[in-house]
Amino acid sequence: MRALSPLRLRALLKKELRQMLRDPRMKAVIFVAPIFQLMVFGYAVNTDIRNTATYVVDLDKSAASRELIEVFAATGYFEVVGHSARSTDLARALDNGDAVVGIEIPAGFASDVARGTGTVQVLVDGTNSNTGTVALGYAVQIVQRYATDYMQRTGKPRPGGIDLRTRAWYNPELESRVYNVPGVIGVLVMLMGLLLTSLAVVRERELGTLDQLMVSPLSTTELILGKTIPVMLVGLIQITLISAVAILWFKIPMRGSVLVLLPAALLYILAGISLGLIISTISKTQQEAFMVMFLLLFPLVLLSGFMFPVDSMAEFFRWLSLLNPIRHIVEIVRAIFLKGEGLAGLWRQYAALAVIATGALVVAMVRLRRPAD
Amino acid sequence: MSLSRLWAMSRKEAIQLRRDPRSLALAFLLPMALLLFFGYAISFDVKDIKMAVLDQSQTQHSRSLIEAFERSGYFRVVRHIQRYDDTDRLLGRGDVRLALVIPPRFSQDLMAARPAPVQLLLDGGDANTATIAKNYADAIVARYSVTVLGGGAALTLPVEAESRVWYNETLESRNMIVPGLIAVIMAIIAAMLTALTIAREWERGTMEQLAATPVHRLEVVLGKLLPYVGIGLVDVTLAALAGVLILGVPFHGNALLLFGMTLLFLIGALGLGIFISAAVKTQVLATQVAMIVSFLPALLLSGFMFSIETMPIVLRIFTYLIQARYFITVTRGIFLKGVGVQTLWIEGLAMIVFAIVGLTLATRVFKKEIA
Repeated sequence: MRALSPLRLRALLKKELRQMLRDPRMKAVIFVAPIFQLMVFGYAVNTDIRNTATYVVDLDKSAASRELIEVFAATGYFEVVGHSARSTDLARALDNGDAVVGIEIPAGFASDVARGTGTVQVLVDGTNSNTGTVALGYAVQIVQRYATDYMQRTGKPRPGGIDLRTRAWYNPELESRVYNVPGVIGVLVMLMGLLLTSLAVVRERELGTLDQLMVSPLSTTELILGKTIPVMLVGLIQITLISAVAILWFKIPMRGSVLVLLPAALLYILAGISLGLIISTISKTQQEAFMVMFLLLFPLVLLSGFMFPVDSMAEFFRWLSLLNPIRHIVEIVRAIFLKGEGLAGLWRQYAALAVIATGALVVAMVRLRRPAD
Repeated sequence: MSLSRLWAMSRKEAIQLRRDPRSLALAFLLPMALLLFFGYAISFDVKDIKMAVLDQSQTQHSRSLIEAFERSGYFRVVRHIQRYDDTDRLLGRGDVRLALVIPPRFSQDLMAARPAPVQLLLDGGDANTATIAKNYADAIVARYSVTVLGGGAALTLPVEAESRVWYNETLESRNMIVPGLIAVIMAIIAAMLTALTIAREWERGTMEQLAATPVHRLEVVLGKLLPYVGIGLVDVTLAALAGVLILGVPFHGNALLLFGMTLLFLIGALGLGIFISAAVKTQVLATQVAMIVSFLPALLLSGFMFSIETMPIVLRIFTYLIQARYFITVTRGIFLKGVGVQTLWIEGLAMIVFAIVGLTLATRVFKKEIA
């Protein structure tokens, strides 16, 4: 192998950077799009339950029934969007999607409660199983609390029972944003790494300029370095940008150290670039590269634990996800941001990332060395 | 507008697509792969949550409480720990998601009918799982206390909630995901396949050739659109069949209505894709813009996984501009609720508007270039 020539490398780097940033729209895509996507993730990706649209059918119209409805509304989890005196209206509201939860208080509710046999119907639209599960849990708890309060007020001894005191660590308010925003870093950077590398190489092939590069005195190493270093820079800038927005705008706690994050980020970007290079060697057209990338990116994101916990995956996929760089970076980023974890607690993820990045890079180099056909 | 020119244009596009067997294969593989992934690999369902137990009471009562957690099926006790400090390490490393701490006086408090404190420590990092786990734990503990207070027989509270779940009785995430996923897949196919179609002609220089032919711009747009509509409809059929037959998702509505609505959606989404492609003219940029404009919103802002009601008001208003939002209401309505046109006509109208806007945009953007 020829020695690395700084001169040739610099020339190639200059060409690559110029090509990448020539189009001002591309600059916008590289630097503005991640912020935009982070905003969407921060604000839209929310699994908390608030103001769930609730339809009330009160067939009793007593002080007791009104009080129960008020208790529901006061929690903030439910928002009464409609009242009616007919059960059919409730069914229609759920069918139309106007309400997600329905509460029906039967006639004679107040006297039944006094006799100790009161019932309330809680109907939940299960189409969104997530919201449904959480809303159902809250509704049952609210009725239970109402019942024990009622016992106390009417002089019956309030049952002692178990007093469950819950404390959530790392994220006391259980805000999903705190969980989601750090994870976005991993996904966005992978997206950009794959896209920029694979399409850049394939475009040169389509335009025929790759052959020109191949016959130039550039060595494979120089070629790969020239293609990867600019993307690496872009990736690092993106990570900095996204982290800054996450910390300053979304107030995500950063309990760990940036110095722990940096080596992981570099390994991760390298893995992304190598995968992008591999894609570029198996695709003839940009469209093909794009489709392959997409087909790869989807399982990578889905099996990363970014949105769906790794624990809930089927066993086979749980093992498979160990090969997934996004899984490791998401775990690293979350642990550093939320738990302030250091290298000692994260060495497994670092080792995995290093293995994946090296493996992918070797495959990419072997495949790229073959002459263009 | 000439039918034969339109047909020729469509044929050219179809031949071009066919020559690219890998893209074509992906157009059909992607939906299937996604569907099976969501069906088998991942789920929102929270079960077998790993927990640690610190039982300082070591009595019949504490053991039966732990047993109640295990029996529920939601929790799996993986660690019995001796010291409170261990909870820190286990939660920090992610070995367990929650820890239950039962203090030494637990049994005495219970017998004396005093509130008996029990501590539940949650890894709040994953807020979603933590919230659901907390709900389950609350329910288990509440049921347990009622049993203990009743001296073994359940004590009845003066009010009971009778809860029922409609449309998806078992609250399985699969039933929520699959119909929504069909809409998302359509958005992806439409955006990704068409994003490149015109940018490619620009990059290869064939756009000038196309411009030199007598083909009208509406014919170009429609001609490019038709093959993709075909792919989209085949994809919907395959995805719906796989969802119902393999994954066991209920289908309560009308299949014809689903096709009609899909057609409306595809015209709008493909029109938008062609517009993007023609407007930005390079393939790299077109794919990026398509991703940001159509795919991400379809995934995140459509109510597919994250409910729209919890979004801030600005985003909520913005979601009305996202076509997939309406289509997801339609697919869920047809699959799970079995509702018909009398309920879904608003969504249908919205998608007609999107179709008209999409086609208009796509056609207009050629005006400057092709006279």
